[in-house]
Amino acid sequence: MPKYHRPTSRADALAALAEGGARARALVGGTDLLVGLRHHHDVADVLVDLKGVTDLPEPIVVTDDGVQIGPTYTMGELVSHPVIGAWYPALVEAALTVGSVAIRNRASLVGNSCNASPAADTAPPLLVHGARVTITSLDGDRTASLDEFFLGPRRTLCGPGELVTRLDLPRPAPGSASAFRRLTRRRGVDLATVSVAAGVGPDGALVVGMGAVGPRPLRTASAGPVDLTDDASLDRALDELLAPATPITDVRGSREYRLATLRVLTRRAVLAAADRRDPREMAS
Amino acid sequence: MTSTARVPDHLDADELQTVTLTVNGSERTVAVPTHRTLLDGLREEVGLPGTKSCCAEGECGACTVLLDGRAVNSCLVLCVEAEGHEVTTVEGLSADGLTDLQEEFLNAGAVQCGFCIPGQVVSAEYLLRTNPDPDEVQIREALSGNLCRCAGYQRIVRAVQATAARRSER
Repeated sequence: MPKYHRPTSRADALAALAEGGARARALVGGTDLLVGLRHHHDVADVLVDLKGVTDLPEPIVVTDDGVQIGPTYTMGELVSHPVIGAWYPALVEAALTVGSVAIRNRASLVGNSCNASPAADTAPPLLVHGARVTITSLDGDRTASLDEFFLGPRRTLCGPGELVTRLDLPRPAPGSASAFRRLTRRRGVDLATVSVAAGVGPDGALVVGMGAVGPRPLRTASAGPVDLTDDASLDRALDELLAPATPITDVRGSREYRLATLRVLTRRAVLAAADRRDPREMAS
Repeated sequence: MTSTARVPDHLDADELQTVTLTVNGSERTVAVPTHRTLLDGLREEVGLPGTKSCCAEGECGACTVLLDGRAVNSCLVLCVEAEGHEVTTVEGLSADGLTDLQEEFLNAGAVQCGFCIPGQVVSAEYLLRTNPDPDEVQIREALSGNLCRCAGYQRIVRAVQATAARRSER
């Protein structure tokens, strides 16, 4: 039976995580963690509930330069935030595919990244938007890009005794935009078969975040601007952008099916993002 | 009404945590092991079996309750997490008799085997409280986490539409 802590201070939470070591888990929504414990996929014996901690970073802070998100900010809060919707549309589209309304009312955005599923729905848009995380322990803070943070299936830079206390999203450049596309077998309950987020810069430069096509969520960027009015140019760009994808065959789809679908979804996401750009802010 | 914490015979008292929460407006105190879900606590300790246990992993929605007014899967909440919080189960949606929403479920013939209905009703009530005039797409999205094995979805959607219409006339 796991030991349950409900600390009220960050210092107490970090101390409990440090004491529990590799078998301690931070608990926010529990929508993945409690399922893992029930099926014995997770062997945690210390749960540190962050919801009573009063001195963690605010759930959300919006500045002129971007958005800072704390560890207890839920998907439900995220999808209805007007600034998130305006600046990071792909993130809202992705969060809306996470589970159901009841799941989103509990699940946290930061927890979705910390859980590090290769199919985490919010990972592709966070990668596209250049998210950085702050990892805190009793020894202090360090920061990393989310791309560096994901090490492999269920593995991140956040080690024993550490806690992700903040996720930072820079404000997107004027004239850029993003979009998310996902294929799944049943809305509301199933994981992604393939997911992809695309960011298009004011000059046509592309950034792509991919889910469920590798051991971890993947991020790639084009070397330069892409002429999106020319199919052949976009095709060549997709060849390069999607090359790192190495999907496996499993119950949700075959490797070949995933690769074919990834290309279709990425093209759709790129064109949808391009259409969202404000022409007045785009490079001429 | 306050109930006294009860220690199940097969457990040592020191393995239990005492949790005080408000259930359907009444303060309740239960003694539970840390792994006890809110779902099982409501059914077994508090004695409210309206909330149903089915998949126990947040996929079917049969266990949906309102936690501080927000719909959640009670199978994915630990009792100990609910300390100090307010829970509303399907039994607590109305002080006496059926709610208008429950009546419309009956009027629409939306109840077949009935197992998923408490969860459907709680999710639909949450939708109507947060969006009193939902369109069909919004109703289906709001209920996408509530599975009905009888596949009675058309009539469930109609029941929610009828309730929204009825409430707008008040």
